[in-house]
Amino acid sequence: MRYADTGFDLEIDLTRGSIEKVPNDPRDTELFLGGQGIAAKILFERVPPETDPFSEDNLLIFSAGLLHGTPAPAANRTAVNTLSPQTGLMSHSLFGGFFGPELKYAGYDRIIIRGRSPTLVYLYIHNDTVEIRDAAHLHGMGCTETGDVLKAELHDQGFQVAAIGLAGENRVFMASIDHNYASAARGVGVIMGDKRLKAIAVRGTKDVNIAKAAELFPITHEIHQKMAKSDGCGDWMAVDEDDSFHHNHFAWGNARTRRKDFWSDELQERWTRLKYDHMDRQTGCYNCPKKCRNVISWPGKRRFGYKCFGKDTYHMAAFLELDFSYEILGDAQEYGVDSYSTPQVMAFALELLEDGILSRDDFPGMPDDKRGQFFWLLEKIVRREGIGDILADGVSAAAKRIGKGAEKYDHNTTKKFEQLPIKLGKLNPAYFLMIATGEKMSITQIEGSFPQDPLPTKEQREEFVAKWEAVPDEKFKQYFLEWEKRNEIADERTCEIVDWNEAMHYIDDAIGTCGFVSSFRGQFGGSVPYHMNNLPQIISLASGMEVTKESLWKNFQRIRTLVRAVNVRRGLRREHERPPEDHWAVRDEQYEQALLSMYYKFKGWNEEGIPTRDTLERLDLGWVADDLEARGILEPASTVTARTGTAG
Amino acid sequence: MATKTATKLVKEIRVDISKCTGCRACEMACSAYHAKPRYSSINPARSRIRVVSSEHNDEYVPIRSTDYTPSECNGRRTYVIEGKEYSDCSFCGSPCPSRDLFFEPDSGLPLKCDMCESIPEIIPMCVQACGESALTYHKYDVMVDAKDQERRGGIEIGLENLVNQYGVDAILEGLKRMQK
Repeated sequence: MRYADTGFDLEIDLTRGSIEKVPNDPRDTELFLGGQGIAAKILFERVPPETDPFSEDNLLIFSAGLLHGTPAPAANRTAVNTLSPQTGLMSHSLFGGFFGPELKYAGYDRIIIRGRSPTLVYLYIHNDTVEIRDAAHLHGMGCTETGDVLKAELHDQGFQVAAIGLAGENRVFMASIDHNYASAARGVGVIMGDKRLKAIAVRGTKDVNIAKAAELFPITHEIHQKMAKSDGCGDWMAVDEDDSFHHNHFAWGNARTRRKDFWSDELQERWTRLKYDHMDRQTGCYNCPKKCRNVISWPGKRRFGYKCFGKDTYHMAAFLELDFSYEILGDAQEYGVDSYSTPQVMAFALELLEDGILSRDDFPGMPDDKRGQFFWLLEKIVRREGIGDILADGVSAAAKRIGKGAEKYDHNTTKKFEQLPIKLGKLNPAYFLMIATGEKMSITQIEGSFPQDPLPTKEQREEFVAKWEAVPDEKFKQYFLEWEKRNEIADERTCEIVDWNEAMHYIDDAIGTCGFVSSFRGQFGGSVPYHMNNLPQIISLASGMEVTKESLWKNFQRIRTLVRAVNVRRGLRREHERPPEDHWAVRDEQYEQALLSMYYKFKGWNEEGIPTRDTLERLDLGWVADDLEARGILEPASTVTARTGTAG
Repeated sequence: MATKTATKLVKEIRVDISKCTGCRACEMACSAYHAKPRYSSINPARSRIRVVSSEHNDEYVPIRSTDYTPSECNGRRTYVIEGKEYSDCSFCGSPCPSRDLFFEPDSGLPLKCDMCESIPEIIPMCVQACGESALTYHKYDVMVDAKDQERRGGIEIGLENLVNQYGVDAILEGLKRMQK
């Protein structure tokens, strides 16, 4: 019997219309845990690097995490992986809610989707009954609307539905996959649309078995109860009405303008009233006591939910106020567009118009006010009409197509992907490395365990360190105690800090736990519920595998290195690893490149950022090294000849 | 008044639907507690409490399973509460033929909440798992007719339920068989 895992994958070929239930290999769980980890292995093994993301050979993988369906609280984030047409690299996205656990209860660890359906379809999964069904009646429908329609026609509110909206159907690069007010962005909705898959509806009534249940339950029960009471986890933005941090420090418009004095008491009071006058409730994800999503009813619009920075992006891009975000978010949710990148694309277009690179003729019929312009652009983008067709490929590609100097306005992307609009003064070395080398594409998916900034006094630092349960190694306490100025920290330490930050995200995304109770939250202090010191035991008791802190760290390194290998095969090199040039005002190319080299070396990668054979073999990825050598990406080491000689 | 001389202990799970976040931790905990061996598997479909929810309607109602009913209601009622429509099924805990709720997924037998009764006594798991206190547990005595209490002992209540379900003849037959 398999524990925590179900032991089965669902293989769907939309071209052939075939459905297979396939046993998966427990050895993969040992090596890669699940979630993004195993998805990376599948993508490496089964999708050749020259594959066009829009080809039938591209795979779209929905993965439950290893802890989904176990009693571990807040294990509910489903990973979606594919190859992105925007970056050309591996897309990685996550959405919360109920989908992953439900998939486990239906008896599957993941859904692997290949091919392209001739007509719009949806995937129906009810335990062992799996069908590819016609979705003509869902064409053009909103994301959560699709969920409602499917649940109604299936006469069962217990189905969990993940769907694309019009943006996904029209292959908009910023398209998201939405489920229950949760949203997977960053290049996955576009591929679901390309495969002509409108939605997946899943319902499961099977058991997820636990290896050492009597020992695990009291532990997870205690974590659950602590989480409920703690203000040290969850999304504090759901409850803290002081959002001066984002408004005063992040850049507005096309990531240009900082408004350091924007926030005021008057504004906070007004916005708080606006929120509570329209908020129905705060909701949570499966088996999590935190309530991070605010559910808003706005007059004349469909009810929507948001969390975190998602409430700021539209009005900050448009230089408006919160009421505008509330007005547009319901539409954006139903069309299924990413609320981080989409407003940036719109602000980029309007800046090009303002500066005369685009003209009014490119925007026929667009209103004169900002509010109207954003709504107009949203309609054009999700329908790929006129200028919207160009913008629907994201800022980087749009800038190239528009030309006439538009490329200079593409100033906030890394690896052709829109970054958070942060423009700061002095370089932060850890953030340089994370933005440069991160392959989860957004800094929020990379940072999070080590604080962003030092605390001003020794006493404060000592207090912080005294309660710091999450450190994987005591040395991090020392690093923090000795840290006084943001950019004054030894580069070796910076490498280790970045590594720890990354580790927690890679583990979360493999076991399915949420960053708000783990990888993202530790940086703000307090006792984060999941960390390197308690996860090995939880994973061991749930799965029956023997997991130690050392082996879990190796899991992280293995997954991280394999993701890098997937991308290296698709052309990722050192030259692409550059944060936006104006991310910091003061730059030092020589220092940055030296730091990058040091980091590559620390990771066991060569000067181009390619994992070496030694590194790969140490992580049981010798087969990856063989592949990279066969393709001439790694130079064949002499050991290869020697080994071949022995074998022959 | 003179007849109300006895007290009866009532155990109650109170539900504040305005506080429910829809997280379904109650379902997880219930299914774990009732798994055999205890906690060995998790499956909300086996839970004796389910959150009936509709995101678009902003409806989240945790309901606890009660007695099986062999036939569905004749006719339906709809309640409108603060502008939101609820069907009476939203509040009903009976396993019934009209919906796929509170039936053991393997056997198809109806599930019934037992308030996690155990020795030593515990607070029901669903209440323990509710981080928002949408579910709270209360115990109190109510005054009842002493004669009624006497008449309706535990055995009688049980027998009455069996009779309701299978009919008097079947129960008598069963008792006869057991005596042999």
